[in-house]
Amino acid sequence: MGNVLGLINLINEKQYLKELTTHRNIASVPFGGRYRLIDFTMSNFINADISLVAVFPKERYLSLMDHLGSGKEWNLDRRSGGLFILPPIQPHESSMGDMKQFHNHLSFFERVNADTVIISPGNHVCKMDYNEILAFHRENQADITVVYKDFYDGAVEKLIYHQCIVNEDGNVTDINLFNVPQAGDHISLETYVISKSLFIDLIKKCAANEEYNFLKDAVKANLHCLNVKGYHFTGDLPFIHSIESFHASNMKFLNPQTLKSFFSEEWSVFTKIKHEPPAKYGQSSNVKNSLVANGCDIEGTVENSILFRGVKVKKGAIVKNSIIMQKGEIEEGAIVENVIADKEVRITKAKKAVGENEPLVIKKAEVI
Amino acid sequence: MASKKWVAMLLAGGQGSRLGELTSGLAKPAVPFGGKYRIIDFPLSNCTHSGIDTVGVLTQYQPHLLNDYVGNGKVWDLDSDFGGVSVLPPYKGKDGGEWYKGTANAVYQNIQYIDRYNPENVLIISGDHIYKMDYSQMLAYHIEKRSQATIAVIQVPWQEASRFGIMNTNDNQKITEFDEKPEYPKSNLASMGVYLFNWKTLRSYLIEDERDLTSDHDFGKNIIPNMLEDRKHLYAYHFEGYWKDVGTVESLWEAHMDLLEVNPQFQLDDPDWKVFARNANHPPHYIGEEAVIKQSLTNEGCMIYGTVEHSVLSYNVQVGYNTTIKDSVIMPNVHIGDNVHIERAIIDSNCVIEDGAVIGNSNPSAKITLIGEGQTITSTNQKKITNI
Repeated sequence: MGNVLGLINLINEKQYLKELTTHRNIASVPFGGRYRLIDFTMSNFINADISLVAVFPKERYLSLMDHLGSGKEWNLDRRSGGLFILPPIQPHESSMGDMKQFHNHLSFFERVNADTVIISPGNHVCKMDYNEILAFHRENQADITVVYKDFYDGAVEKLIYHQCIVNEDGNVTDINLFNVPQAGDHISLETYVISKSLFIDLIKKCAANEEYNFLKDAVKANLHCLNVKGYHFTGDLPFIHSIESFHASNMKFLNPQTLKSFFSEEWSVFTKIKHEPPAKYGQSSNVKNSLVANGCDIEGTVENSILFRGVKVKKGAIVKNSIIMQKGEIEEGAIVENVIADKEVRITKAKKAVGENEPLVIKKAEVI
Repeated sequence: MASKKWVAMLLAGGQGSRLGELTSGLAKPAVPFGGKYRIIDFPLSNCTHSGIDTVGVLTQYQPHLLNDYVGNGKVWDLDSDFGGVSVLPPYKGKDGGEWYKGTANAVYQNIQYIDRYNPENVLIISGDHIYKMDYSQMLAYHIEKRSQATIAVIQVPWQEASRFGIMNTNDNQKITEFDEKPEYPKSNLASMGVYLFNWKTLRSYLIEDERDLTSDHDFGKNIIPNMLEDRKHLYAYHFEGYWKDVGTVESLWEAHMDLLEVNPQFQLDDPDWKVFARNANHPPHYIGEEAVIKQSLTNEGCMIYGTVEHSVLSYNVQVGYNTTIKDSVIMPNVHIGDNVHIERAIIDSNCVIEDGAVIGNSNPSAKITLIGEGQTITSTNQKKITNI
């Protein structure tokens, strides 16, 4: 088995999570009380013993850089391999497409010690066994393996998904770009396995033709001449494409079974360490069906909610069906219901913040 | 030769027999504390916050876990090319070698290690105390007083003074007498086991002490009294703040209960003085639909369905339905079933408490019940609660 490069492609991200993505890209949106979305993909690589990871961000990546640091929390601070962050070289070119940015970093691919590349976006909350997908890729002697999943989710507002048509032999015969997914459709997870040499080849060819989209110009355009296989992913993976689906997929982790299936002794999800002390529960605390991170200080009522690290819920405050991100503060008597509060939000004494039809998003550091 | 302002030597060798079953498989400084820490995290974090970049950890009993835990020191920012943290067990050189005979001998055997850094001063600290201390303030005091040895002291209750090394000082804080565990203490200024020595001075005393066959090779019993006898300049440095020796089951339990005060004297959640620890990497903890948690500390990876009152739960603890935990300390990875009652107890790591078991004793004058590491307690071999 050769060396594998894990490539996290953030170039195709659309900033569809409202206020949560004003100042950060989707990959660094906080999730599950302690994590950022990208932690799941990073951890999937680490769990598959892939120790060479390149991240291609497009914009608003300050918080991503801060989060990933030297990569030490993922054991990627090493002499051979490790973590590479490869941002756009020419900012105006970043909107042209992922292949443009790959082309601008061509020397990285040429130099790097790997023969296979696994490409993944940075917003999938899932346990994906890349070794199994690599084995599938090799067994089928595929040129490109496309990972897809059946769609059984609610309505999608933004056209962000691509449907794969897969025949009985597992060959991808067509890809419909930006369609409205119907129940049972095979949705491309924008996760691919490809040999490094073919990948470099395609980057060069596309550049020569001034085509810059990997999915459209490298995969779809070559379906007739390359052996493109579909890998059917059957694990848990919530489709996050709106504030509602973001809220709902967080809430799934209030199910102990889901929690146990994601975080087990055999499968670790790594994230940046904050050295937070234990969570503190006061005499008047009343917490039910909730996920609470370290560093929290709870004196009030919390129900069906997710509290990130360092959240304070004061006496008499009520938090229900909500996600309160890092260092949020809910003061005495405040009522918070159906809310997604970004980092460092403060709901002052006796104030109300209630999401009616859809979750109310409160932007970073806002005081209500 | 490159030189350092100071280096720290952390005495982590104690067998910790007073901690009973808690230290049967690990050195005392590796005993878990506060839900996610180990005792050694406190002095090591103190070193980091005080700007000390070179720490020798002297150990000899059950060193594996401690060695593994300290690792290359990166958790405490002590991964450095010249200095950093080094675990120093006894070793044999060409002139032989032996087990550490006492605290002073342990440092004596590592003179070469210290010389390598050519420090002006050496800080001696121990690995079994819970406290937050900025040693750099002590260093400033030490320099200001032109002291050859400075000993950190704390006022202890008079009735406990005979358990400690007691300092008698003049008005200028100069130490005039040092009584190791005196029957009739003349003062209540107890040594915290934090000593700052001028290295050249200490070095010569260590060599001299080694030649003395009658010596116990101990800082408190030998080195400091010898220095006083020679009229060296020794000063007491007053520390105000929380300091607790957690060398016994009772004091370890008490130190945990101290954390649960409404306004604890010792705060783990001081953002300016974080206590660094190896991360066990678990998800946030889950509180079930019927759970009740009051006045407690809980950590990542816990799943709680029962009632937890005035207790500390370490990471990855499972608490079943209709179970009650009160005034207790639960160490990491403990699985507690349904209908269990635990009161005034310490349950060590990796225990399994089966459904219906009853552990502890609610009588405040009774001893704290300790369940040693990795045990399985069934409802039939329960350690009964009395006086309910």
